[in-house]
Amino acid sequence: MDCHFLLLPPMLTAHALRKTLPGTPPRVLFDTLELQVGAGECVAIVGESGSGKSTLLNCLAGLEPVDGGRIEVGGQRIEGLDEDAMARLRRSAYGFVFQAFHILPHLSLVQNVALPLWLLRTDDKEAEARARTMLTRVGLGTRADDPPHELSGGEMQRVAIARALVHRPRLVLADEPTGNLDPVRASDVLDLLLEQIRDSEAAGVLVTHSRVAARRADRVLELGVQGLVDITERA
Amino acid sequence: MSATLHRLFLASLLRRRLATALSLFAIALGVALGLAVQLIHSAAIDEFGRGMRLIAGEADLQLVGARDGFDEAIYPVLAARAEVAEASPVLVIQARLPGREDALEIHGVDLFRLARVQPMLLPRAAAAADAADTRFAALQPDNIFLSDEARAHLSESQQLESGEFAAPALRGGELVLQSGVRSFALRVAGEVPAASASLAVMDIAGAQQHFDRIGVLSRIDLKLAAGVSAQMARQSLATLLPPGLSLRVPEAAASELSTLSRAYRVNLTMLAAIALLTGGFLVFSTQLLSVVRRRREFALLRALGMERRQLLRGLLAEGAAVGLAGGLLGVALGHGLAAAAFKFVGGDLGAGFFRGTQPQLQFDAMLVVGYLLLGIAAGVIGTWLPAREASRVAPARALKAGEGEYAGLPQVRGGWRPGVGLLVIAGLACILPPLNDIPIGGYGAVALTLAAAVLLLPTIARGVLPVLRRGRALSWRLAHARLSATPGQAVVAGAGVVASVALAAAMAIMVSSFRVSVDDWLAQVLPADLYVRASVSSGSGYLDGDALARIAAVPGVATVDTTRQVNLRISDEEPLFTVLARPVRGNWGLPLIAGSSERPARVNAADAAGEIDADLPPAWISEATADRRQIGVGDRLTLPLGGQLRHFIVAGIWRDYARQHGAALIESADYVALTGDQRINDAAISLAPGSDAATVAAALRADFGAEHLSIALPGEIRALSLQIFDRTFLITYLMEAVTVMIGLFGIATTFAALATTREGEFGMLRHLGFTRADIGRLIAIEGALTASLGVIAGLLAGAAIAWILIEIVNRQSFHWSMDLAVPWGALALFASSLIVLAALVARLAGARAMQRSAALAVKADW
Ligand SMILES: Nc1ncnc2c1ncn2[C@@H]1O[C@H](COP(=O)(O)OP(=O)(O)OP(=O)(O)O)[C@@H](O)[C@H]1O
Ligand SMILES: [Mg+2]
Repeated sequence: MDCHFLLLPPMLTAHALRKTLPGTPPRVLFDTLELQVGAGECVAIVGESGSGKSTLLNCLAGLEPVDGGRIEVGGQRIEGLDEDAMARLRRSAYGFVFQAFHILPHLSLVQNVALPLWLLRTDDKEAEARARTMLTRVGLGTRADDPPHELSGGEMQRVAIARALVHRPRLVLADEPTGNLDPVRASDVLDLLLEQIRDSEAAGVLVTHSRVAARRADRVLELGVQGLVDITERA
Repeated sequence: MSATLHRLFLASLLRRRLATALSLFAIALGVALGLAVQLIHSAAIDEFGRGMRLIAGEADLQLVGARDGFDEAIYPVLAARAEVAEASPVLVIQARLPGREDALEIHGVDLFRLARVQPMLLPRAAAAADAADTRFAALQPDNIFLSDEARAHLSESQQLESGEFAAPALRGGELVLQSGVRSFALRVAGEVPAASASLAVMDIAGAQQHFDRIGVLSRIDLKLAAGVSAQMARQSLATLLPPGLSLRVPEAAASELSTLSRAYRVNLTMLAAIALLTGGFLVFSTQLLSVVRRRREFALLRALGMERRQLLRGLLAEGAAVGLAGGLLGVALGHGLAAAAFKFVGGDLGAGFFRGTQPQLQFDAMLVVGYLLLGIAAGVIGTWLPAREASRVAPARALKAGEGEYAGLPQVRGGWRPGVGLLVIAGLACILPPLNDIPIGGYGAVALTLAAAVLLLPTIARGVLPVLRRGRALSWRLAHARLSATPGQAVVAGAGVVASVALAAAMAIMVSSFRVSVDDWLAQVLPADLYVRASVSSGSGYLDGDALARIAAVPGVATVDTTRQVNLRISDEEPLFTVLARPVRGNWGLPLIAGSSERPARVNAADAAGEIDADLPPAWISEATADRRQIGVGDRLTLPLGGQLRHFIVAGIWRDYARQHGAALIESADYVALTGDQRINDAAISLAPGSDAATVAAALRADFGAEHLSIALPGEIRALSLQIFDRTFLITYLMEAVTVMIGLFGIATTFAALATTREGEFGMLRHLGFTRADIGRLIAIEGALTASLGVIAGLLAGAAIAWILIEIVNRQSFHWSMDLAVPWGALALFASSLIVLAALVARLAGARAMQRSAALAVKADW
């Protein structure tokens, strides 16, 4: 394990995080959860189905409220932010990769990748140039102007990775990014995702069911009611 | 199947309540409007027919002629014929009630003939002190008998247009009536117990004498001898009749009226049809979107073994269910509308054809079933394409994960060819001649143009959208990109907008052209300073030479021009033909569109009798006359005047918006020479310089008695005419409004459905940092853009349809030409408010997409 992250202040800090589900009695998904991810570091989160992995990612993205604890992204607290402020923060500081890709079919690849830059009101020319560079980095440089419906699932996810990183976010969240891909593609895409996150010095949190995939991350954490347990050695 | 049908298909209608409710309501409105027009009209015709039957009584045939009547010399000729068992002469007078605006229909009858032919009109004398008086009361020339309705009506005071009240016409057992420009009183001697209409009966000789109609009859009702059929009698008696008279069965009167109002009625029915069509489009778009959304569900069902046909049938059943429910609601609504119309505007649909009738709403099972079927048809046809599309999808492909949410939306990449093809056919349809005065080709062209506009929507989108690419805002960019990539969406959402905008724009352009033309026309036909009339053309008030001399003698009057208006019967089938006799001085008050005010130098060589024609008097015919008889300047016109056929030479054609069944204008001198009729209906007064219209009017009123004349300034006549014009078109405005509303429903349902299919997209955008407001803006812009495309296509189609309405439909059904006047301001306002409304509606309908948590929305679908 590279140790230099530990010397820098962490990109993402979650402290004493608590999430319960409404119901009688309320079900505790996790309590006193601690998580720190440094710049250029990637952690994989594994756990049983229904253990709350997706919920944790949503909490980290400010899309779901937590019942206690503190979340800091790049030194900024997010739990108190209102919805619009959180949306603005997501524009600049977050990148997402989804299991279902969510590439807009009516935009070309380069436009899809440029979407976050448009949101940040980057100059059009610069946005396009950066999107093209990003597409080249994920190996789709020659197809930048194609419509998305011609792509395979693996290629779609590469576009999604390019979109998640084009605006140099501080934190990249990926929920089962390889869930819809066959094993060979999955491993390619995963390599690419990890490599890009490290290159852009972002913090990466990815949720996966695949042990093989998890092993490529810098750390592997298992989610349980007590929080996250580091199982890197066992994995 | 029925359980499956219920659970999988019909239940889906309940799940998307908004869309189902809106398409159901749209169909209901279309059905309701069409049915209401039909109900109102048939009730009015029924009512009129009932009145006719009452008056005709047991008559087998009626001899009728010009509205002003005919020479009674024919009576003994007919009465003496073996075919005729009884002949009852009638003189009908529309008696003017001095000072009031209503008239009383008086039937002058021969009491000895009445009993066998028209027993319903038999008068009954009120009990009097002297028995002999009672017996012969009906023969007294000064006695009149009133039906209950007439008595009630005449005992009331009447509110005039001016707001003042006119006294009851019936006072102390005496009824005051007007003939010419003088009043006289008749004694009300009893009642007409069997008559259930507002009318009066008196002795025919008394009527002829009091109303200066000596020797004139309006009608002879014939009862035929046993064994003689009406058809036989018509044939054998026809040769005896002088020109201008015709024998007809009593029922023909109602059908004549029906002919009069047919074109107007067909016009309204077409509007209702377009509303229904828009409803059909709405079903189409909601069903298409719902099918798109349920694509995987259907693929799964097919994979599990459902047959293609079952799927198709299930979906069609959905459409039929919506259509049936909409039809039922529409039938109820249609009856409600008709009842409301009777209550508030009477049975004339606002156009004045049936003024004064008080029709009863009737339930007509056939009509109801017909409109129900129309509703179902709209539902089924609207579902047909989407259902076929859905049943054709290969299950394997649709089940593949990760397929975009847009798969299945029609990739209407289809070129411009089908649309342009339809336009060409529409152009050809315009050439078709009318059928029975109904411009079928024109209406066909309207429908084809609408369809073409919808088909050309993607082409228009491809043409227009690149122009709008400039926008920098992200929401604008995304909306623009989406619409550019899926012009099919524009078709689905915008089809209703296209149809309704086209209709509204076309009607707006047509009505505005019409109104401007009518206004110009009124200014042209009313050149004098003051108009005086004793009553409407067929009424008992009139002016004569003596009255004219008195008018001319009033200080301030420079010249007096007179008009005599008579309504002639040209043939058995046609409505009455109007002849206006007045001095033709240059172009004064004559809106000529062809020929000149001089007699033509050259008569048409085609006319064999060219030489004689050169000496014939000139006539100026209205456009309708020229159209109906296919004659032009230099041709010969033949009219039955004074009991003989008279020939004229056509000197010019003029525009006439007042008489759609034809009119001709001839010189007063010629008219008097040919008929000996010296009566005058209207006098047009030009004032001497420096004199004042109000003073002259006051002097005239003082001389003749205010209650005997109506005096109007041309401005007043113009304002009143335009007011009537506007009232006539009010109902069409209402129907347009309904159609535009249905068009907006289309936007609402589409965006509500799209919002659900696009939850994933919106969820992703929220992850990327879109706020809820951003999403709302995106949807609103998409709505506005979609509507704009629909509005553009609709305006283009509307302009084309306006042209068709003006040049084909109006020409063929009313024989009216008009000058184009486009209401630019109103159209621009309408278009922009529709776009804003569409944005709002889309935003509201899409609200659901924003409520759902972004976190849930991006989960792998299913
Ligand atoms: N909106 C919600 N309301 C109530 N319960 C919810 C909601 N969302 C998730 N849950 C519940 O929370 C628990 C955790 O869900 P979550 O989706 O986080 O699990 P997960 O670990 O991602 O599972 P998987 O590996 O199957 O994706 C589950 O039991 C789920 O039923
Ligand atoms: Mg999950």
